[in-house]
Amino acid sequence: MNPSPAGEASGSMHFVTDQNGYFADNYLVKPATGLRSWLYTLDHKRIGVMYLVGVSIAFALGGFFAMLIRLELLTPGPTVMDAMTYNRVFTLHGVVMIFLFMIPAIPSGFGNFFLPIMLGAKDVAFPRLNLLSWYLYLLGAAIAIYGMVYGGTDTGWTFYTPYSTTTATKVVPVLLGAFVIGFSSILTGLNFIVTTHTMRAPGLTWGRLPLFIWGIYATSVIQILATPVVGMTLLLVAVENAFGWGIFDPARGGDPVLFQHFFWFYSHPAVYIMILPAMAVISEVVCAFSRKNIFGYKAVAYSSLGIAFVGFFTWGHHLFVSGQSVVDGGIFGVLTMFVGIFTAIKVFNWTATLYKGSVAFTTPFAYFVGFLFFLVFGGMTGVALATLSLDVHWHDTYFVVAHFHFIMVGATVMGFLAALHYWLPKITGRMYSEGWGLVAAVMIVLGFNFTFIPQFLLGNMGMPRRYYSYPEKFWALNVASTAGASVLALGLVIVLVYTLVAIRWGPIAGRNPWNSRGFEWMTPSPPPVENFEKPPVFTHGPHEYTDEDPAFPAPHLAPEPKHV
Amino acid sequence: MSDATVAPPQLAHHFESLEKQQHAARLGMWLFLATEVLLFTALFAGYGVYRYLYSDTFQQASRHLHTWIGLTNTLILIVSSFTVAAGLDQAAKGKGRSTFLLFMFSVLCGVVFMCFKAYEYTHHFHEGMLPGRYYTFEALGSGPGGAIFFSLYYLITGLHAFHVMLGMTVLTVIGLRARAGRYTTEYFVPVELAGLYWHLVDLIWIFVFPLIYLA
Amino acid sequence: MNELLRRLLFLPEQASEYARQVDALHYFVIVTTMVAAAGVFLAVVYFFVRYRRRGIDDRTPFVHPGFIHEALFVVVPLALFLLWFAIGFPQFVRLSLPPADAMDVYVQGKKWMWKFAYPGGPSSIDTLRVPANRPVRLLITSRDVIHSLYVPALRLKMDALPGRYTQSWFEADRPGRYEIFCAEYCGTGHSAMLGELVVMPEAEFDRWVAEQRRSELVASAQDAATPADRVLPAGNLVEQGRRVASEQGCMKCHSVDGSRHIGPTWVDLYQRREKLKDGTTVVADEAYLTKSMMDPAAQLVDGYQNVMPTYQGKLTPPEVAALVEYIKSLRTQVVRSGPSEGPAYESIPRR
Repeated sequence: MNPSPAGEASGSMHFVTDQNGYFADNYLVKPATGLRSWLYTLDHKRIGVMYLVGVSIAFALGGFFAMLIRLELLTPGPTVMDAMTYNRVFTLHGVVMIFLFMIPAIPSGFGNFFLPIMLGAKDVAFPRLNLLSWYLYLLGAAIAIYGMVYGGTDTGWTFYTPYSTTTATKVVPVLLGAFVIGFSSILTGLNFIVTTHTMRAPGLTWGRLPLFIWGIYATSVIQILATPVVGMTLLLVAVENAFGWGIFDPARGGDPVLFQHFFWFYSHPAVYIMILPAMAVISEVVCAFSRKNIFGYKAVAYSSLGIAFVGFFTWGHHLFVSGQSVVDGGIFGVLTMFVGIFTAIKVFNWTATLYKGSVAFTTPFAYFVGFLFFLVFGGMTGVALATLSLDVHWHDTYFVVAHFHFIMVGATVMGFLAALHYWLPKITGRMYSEGWGLVAAVMIVLGFNFTFIPQFLLGNMGMPRRYYSYPEKFWALNVASTAGASVLALGLVIVLVYTLVAIRWGPIAGRNPWNSRGFEWMTPSPPPVENFEKPPVFTHGPHEYTDEDPAFPAPHLAPEPKHV
Repeated sequence: MSDATVAPPQLAHHFESLEKQQHAARLGMWLFLATEVLLFTALFAGYGVYRYLYSDTFQQASRHLHTWIGLTNTLILIVSSFTVAAGLDQAAKGKGRSTFLLFMFSVLCGVVFMCFKAYEYTHHFHEGMLPGRYYTFEALGSGPGGAIFFSLYYLITGLHAFHVMLGMTVLTVIGLRARAGRYTTEYFVPVELAGLYWHLVDLIWIFVFPLIYLA
Repeated sequence: MNELLRRLLFLPEQASEYARQVDALHYFVIVTTMVAAAGVFLAVVYFFVRYRRRGIDDRTPFVHPGFIHEALFVVVPLALFLLWFAIGFPQFVRLSLPPADAMDVYVQGKKWMWKFAYPGGPSSIDTLRVPANRPVRLLITSRDVIHSLYVPALRLKMDALPGRYTQSWFEADRPGRYEIFCAEYCGTGHSAMLGELVVMPEAEFDRWVAEQRRSELVASAQDAATPADRVLPAGNLVEQGRRVASEQGCMKCHSVDGSRHIGPTWVDLYQRREKLKDGTTVVADEAYLTKSMMDPAAQLVDGYQNVMPTYQGKLTPPEVAALVEYIKSLRTQVVRSGPSEGPAYESIPRR
């Protein structure tokens, strides 16, 4: 392998750090400090950090609603709230978690920060559009929260008609909030696609792109193609609810199932928007912590595109018991089988990457292991759901709830946490406490299992979703689930606490504490505003650990320059 | 990499060259147009489904629309697209003032388009051809197909009219900048993008017209 | 074995042969899923132990995958998933093919209760009584928003849609009482919309039905075991249908003696192949009859004028059902003057 001349041209060696390896002239203080400089920033790194703060607050809010749900379900009858309140709480849990956290978290947070750096670029293609995306996110969130403050809505985040078009609750602001956030999502996706196509540094061919980029790219394609459809659909529901223009109202000749088709045409690809970025992170983490190239680069890269493409044709598996014909059911069932294969490809390739690697069990790696197990189990239960006759029993029960939480929390949130721990040193220049990290990871994995495995069993027993009260025979498993959720919540709170501590008081991490060979570790920690002094030149792909590489000097060999 | 002794003023700091920047701008615009098309696709799909379910009523309803207005509007938009293309051609030659005049002619076409639509809508309101629960038009029988037709009619043409207004704004802003000399023979990509957007607005109408007026 | 796995997986009792078959697939799917998850997890653990890090700057070889690896990664899971599908899809198709001799029950969901009605009567709220070992076809609709009829013990679920009928069927083979849930969120009473399926031995069921139809009064205290067993009087759908038809003025345009009038005659109308104005042909099944009442202009029979008014909003779903049953009862071979005693219905293979 050729040693990369990127080290000479990258300019990272020319930046001067202090005696601990902390780069003082970083993006957090340049070009200026103060609120105004952040509000008007065009720096993708600052925008990424703002998104991370925003989605973390959203996650806490959605998590708060989740704890209320589990609290209410602690007893079969009323526990702490009445039925209408409970219905609003679970709806808002879904809306906040999906639109305010899951969709933007990794792409708009970590994607914004690292996509340009990994491409050797100075920023995204359209920085002002990027800032606009951020403000649209805030605006959409504000509109939705306004709706929540006035009681919110009780339709479930799926807004099925005709219930959603006839309910008197505040469904219109929640819909409009989601509509506006949809545009934030579209513009971010558009930005990333153009950046990836046009701003790659010299030598960075498509075949050398970090797998994180491939995942974010595939996500962006879904974002720009699917989100307009749901935007229009939500607008139609809002118009029908507010003005009575009955497109979906059967009393006026409309077809309520048509709404389901439109809604799931977006919302099924949307779940791939939620998982692909997490998979993208994991591809980086597994390579960094086994010091090994990915086992099948092309397979992992192209399977991301495969998921994006085939994922558009599987929406009907949400409508198996809605009165569709069996032919429809069969077609969508088969297509869903195919989309599961792409995930299987990734799982096997990630596992095989460890072969002949040099594996370190750090906190990010712990989240990788959790991610993998939950993805396999959650993903296969998804394929199981697509096996038609089984879905007739499981549809709209807690089995489905457990399945999608396995993927969304077990996989995506683990991916988010892996990203957070892997990249905290790069973003802030400081390191978190590894001891607390592992403790929290264990709590989260165990708590997660105790929360959602009982829910698979509840689904088998026949407990439907969105039930405020339930027959006594479901009691024990619900208590177990709530207990698990408490442990999970505590683990997450611990992560929050030590992360905040690390940001303020953590030990200086230095440029590359993991000795990873992902491209982003070529820059100082935290990175300078311009990312690179001169565009780096790439001669090979990321995560190659076969020989010495001057761009990634071994820690004990190349101390950072000490003078300031 | 970009060792131009004097960087052109329009070159943004994060791009290596003006050429790359313009390429990125064009790609971004095409992607944005794709999202706009998908926005309308959802409505067209809905229209398609109900057209199939209520075929007789939809056919009769469309006969009650003023086809001559639809046709005139189609021609107006086609002419306006032509003048936009001509304006782009002038911009490529560095003639910002001509670009401005041609774009303003297109904007004028847009205004006429909106006037015709306003006339149409007023006429519909008088006849009781209103959407959803406000529908009182008698001539299409008592089935629900008529109300659904007009709900979709107002949604599709309303959304399109909104985009016409957006397009008119974009053309005005870019036209004024062209007149102020902001574009050169090397750099006129914003004119290109504005033109692309207007052509899309026109193209969508080319689909709307036969679908709704020419059942 | 079946019982062990069923309990291990917390599955409800299996009240039909279909439920047992679905559970067999369930066991296969879950077991292979657990094996796969365990396999991946163990592989990771093994690799971690075998290849754990020795030094911060370890070098590793650049491993190229062989084509065989990726091929296996694709083919093995694909074969497994398609096998699951190959077993599950025929089971799913079965649910849409009720046998020809199935007994019909009309189900109406509304906020927040279930109404069940047999064509010959009676009807009831929240409790559905069926005979064991006889196929039962459910014709399901909703009065307001989307609900979903779910009987876990039968592994059966079908959405109840407003403005439309959906169907499913089952054959319970064990007497017992089984829960009915609503599985589609429908408002504050969603989790209170509970029902009960009571499967009775055949002879007992026949006795019960006969008794219900005889009595004109509300069920006596001896009969009604629980308040949920309330039975409505005059539940004969065909009789109701005849009444609704004359009240709503259907007889002004449709005859019941075979003669052509302003609209097609109702005699032998059910399952007749009608040629429509647009040239296509349609079979006049329940769906077509319902649609003709709601939107007469949509599928107009050839040779007739488009003058029928719509009854959307004027007829409630039970009235629509009653009219359909009345039309079905008008056959030249089976002309009856009294209520029908569980006539034979042809199944609708599609939908």
